[in-house]
Amino acid sequence: MKAAEANRSPKGFNFFDFLYKYGTLITILLLVAVFGTMTDNFLNGANIINILRSIAIVTIIATGLTVSLSVGGFDLSVGSTASVSNALVISMFVWHGQSVGVGIVVSIAFCLVIGLINAFLVINFKIQDMLMTLATMFIFQGVALTYTRGATISQNMIMPNGDFATGVIPDSFGKLGEVPWIIIIMLLVVAVVHLFLTYTKHGRYMYMIGGNPEAAKLSGIAVGKYRLIAYLVSALFAAIGGIVLGARVMNAEVNAGGPYLMDAVAAAFIGYSVLGAGKPNAFGTFAGAVLIGILSNGLIMLSVPYYAMDIVKGSVLALALAITYYKRKH
Amino acid sequence: MKAISIEFPGVKALTDVDFHTLAGRAHALIGANGAGKSTLMKVLSGAYNHYTGEIWLNGKHAPIRSPKDAKDNGIQIVYQEVDTVLIPNLTVGENIMMEQTVHNMKGRHMISWKQLHRSAQDVLNRLNVKVPTRKLVQELTLAEKQMVLIARAVSMECRFLVLDEPTAPLSHNETEQLFRLVGQLKSEGVGVIFISHRLPELYEICDDITIMRDGKLVVRDEIGRMSQQQIALHMLGAKLDGQFPKKERSIGEKWFEAKSIRDAGKVKDVDLFIRRGEIVGLAGLVGAGKTELCRALFGASSASSGDVYLQGRKLRIRSPHQAVKNGLALVPEERRREGIFVDESVTDNITAAVLSRFTKWGSWLSAAREKNASASIISDLGIKTPSGAAKVRNLSGGNQQKVAIGKWLLVDADVYIFDEPTKGVDVGAKRDIYDLVAELASRGKCILYASSEMSEMMGITDRMYVMYDGGVIKELETKHTNEEEILLYSTGGLLT
Repeated sequence: MKAAEANRSPKGFNFFDFLYKYGTLITILLLVAVFGTMTDNFLNGANIINILRSIAIVTIIATGLTVSLSVGGFDLSVGSTASVSNALVISMFVWHGQSVGVGIVVSIAFCLVIGLINAFLVINFKIQDMLMTLATMFIFQGVALTYTRGATISQNMIMPNGDFATGVIPDSFGKLGEVPWIIIIMLLVVAVVHLFLTYTKHGRYMYMIGGNPEAAKLSGIAVGKYRLIAYLVSALFAAIGGIVLGARVMNAEVNAGGPYLMDAVAAAFIGYSVLGAGKPNAFGTFAGAVLIGILSNGLIMLSVPYYAMDIVKGSVLALALAITYYKRKH
Repeated sequence: MKAISIEFPGVKALTDVDFHTLAGRAHALIGANGAGKSTLMKVLSGAYNHYTGEIWLNGKHAPIRSPKDAKDNGIQIVYQEVDTVLIPNLTVGENIMMEQTVHNMKGRHMISWKQLHRSAQDVLNRLNVKVPTRKLVQELTLAEKQMVLIARAVSMECRFLVLDEPTAPLSHNETEQLFRLVGQLKSEGVGVIFISHRLPELYEICDDITIMRDGKLVVRDEIGRMSQQQIALHMLGAKLDGQFPKKERSIGEKWFEAKSIRDAGKVKDVDLFIRRGEIVGLAGLVGAGKTELCRALFGASSASSGDVYLQGRKLRIRSPHQAVKNGLALVPEERRREGIFVDESVTDNITAAVLSRFTKWGSWLSAAREKNASASIISDLGIKTPSGAAKVRNLSGGNQQKVAIGKWLLVDADVYIFDEPTKGVDVGAKRDIYDLVAELASRGKCILYASSEMSEMMGITDRMYVMYDGGVIKELETKHTNEEEILLYSTGGLLT
């Protein structure tokens, strides 16, 4: 063992380790350099703000997903949860004429119930997290659809009885979706979760559960409790993501949160390897989201058609996963 | 088998072992844990190819270097872990005929289900086993699964059948069934090699016996010519001295007590108590239920029942979380799976069970205090690691075990349960672990020390319970017993 250790971590430079640790960050820098030289507007301030704004919602949802990943779970229902929260918060204003505070509290409260249901199913029936949340993903997507009766909620929409909706979306709510607030919220979420996972005992417990659930249990860690918390946090950030989404577009479209799921998953998994963490982490997830955001933005500027975008996105994810899992084996 | 030797990195597992057996007879192969029985049989079945020595079959030299060689020579082996070689979501018939389906299908692509089930049924009929061939393997009992494996073995050319501890998980009735099958095979001229820890049953079905110890053959004879006591003596051999700490402790009053502990499967109504500062051994061979008992005491097994008292106060322990809160600590047997977090640092591992102590403002961790605590444990236990920040993955087995134990030293529990703490640990680290256990006891802790090494029982404990088949069958004072006696009880001897 000793000899093996000496062989494995020599003083010299290990190219693969280097790639593993800094690959994502280097790719980001490379992309910035390439796009910066190939297009005129990529590097100007407005575009950078634009990129950050475009990744804010993905990042917020992906950060919640990261917490569920940290306990070895996998919350696939975050997209649907964001849809529910999005529909709820907008409907509170448009249909019920409520204030900003009430709207936000109601949608967050309801989404926490979703988290509770997810946790209950996953913990009590010992079903694989991914399968169980795949089922609840459909359920809550359906809940959001049923609630909005399959229609987009917006100001002055036509109600089933033929009248126009009278409620208005408060301007102060709209601010949440604008620069700088949307970016500040995103950075705050990433910072809080990063500190939580890295510097509190709760975060440490979560990583231990994710790393070796049996050993965690035998160390006296309340495994069930922390898995519950992880799913609640995941649902909470999905709710915030849905709310910010509502504030950004000022309406609630059908299944608005759905498309964010896959980008969030991609960001979180790309984040595994950032700085050699080797596990789900908030900063890595942010880096992953930035990478995806820069790719999308730069490719649009290079006039790559939007319908080819997913090919690039998927390839980047495949590469990130290949590096992470190759590293795990060696 | 002539002059078989094999080495693994750092260990010489077999040294010049000669083994021979005859067709149509059942041959018992026994020895204490780590004596080399399983290794020898793995050589015979082609699991290793780097041994030296020769294998002869029917007077012919048979160079067996791979599982396929062994099978071509008619040597079949049924391992103890039946679940690793059966495919649970396929039918009995498919599992029995698996080898044929895999190897005899050259050029053909369609499976004739009718023919497959008919052939499988033929094999089962021959063995007088009544298991429907269309049943799924996952619906079978453990005993039935073994029958299926044996059926698979005899569905091919089978001249010698090795059964590696087949009876350990079986009930009495199931064992009878298995023995009937072995009798049947013997009458067909198959040579059966039978590895077991249960002495009484060997007399029932075996004709010859070979005893191994420390990778060497000790004695070979007809089993009828040997008594249980003689067998126990041969299994043990000479003892090692001077590796255990001296016993100079004062033992206090009764402190920890457990009454009628049982779990869903293995453990049957166990009562035990531990005094302050006492090291109580839990003796018994592999599969006797020691690990299950330890886990049941710690609230880690589902559906366990029984009462646990500390200082006369009844404890409510339904989960390990509650066990830790109530002052219990368990160093589990499977450290890699249950005891450590290989991807975390040494420090993170050591502080895992007491993180609350290193927090400020509620939950904020203080890295500096954690580092100090782990540094003191690292130096106390002599853990060889570059630093506290090194990942546990990169430590040696013995040092990983010390980390798993070190975690509980910080906890300052009242009752420490050690489950095979020296398994897979080199001699030097063993001594460190013994010292540590003795040190804990002298600080007035209650120690429950489960091990299948008889010498450890003699060396370190004050008193012990011997387990056999899930129950405690004997309580012994270490001063007034010896290894032979422990082994005799462990193997179910003197029961009838």
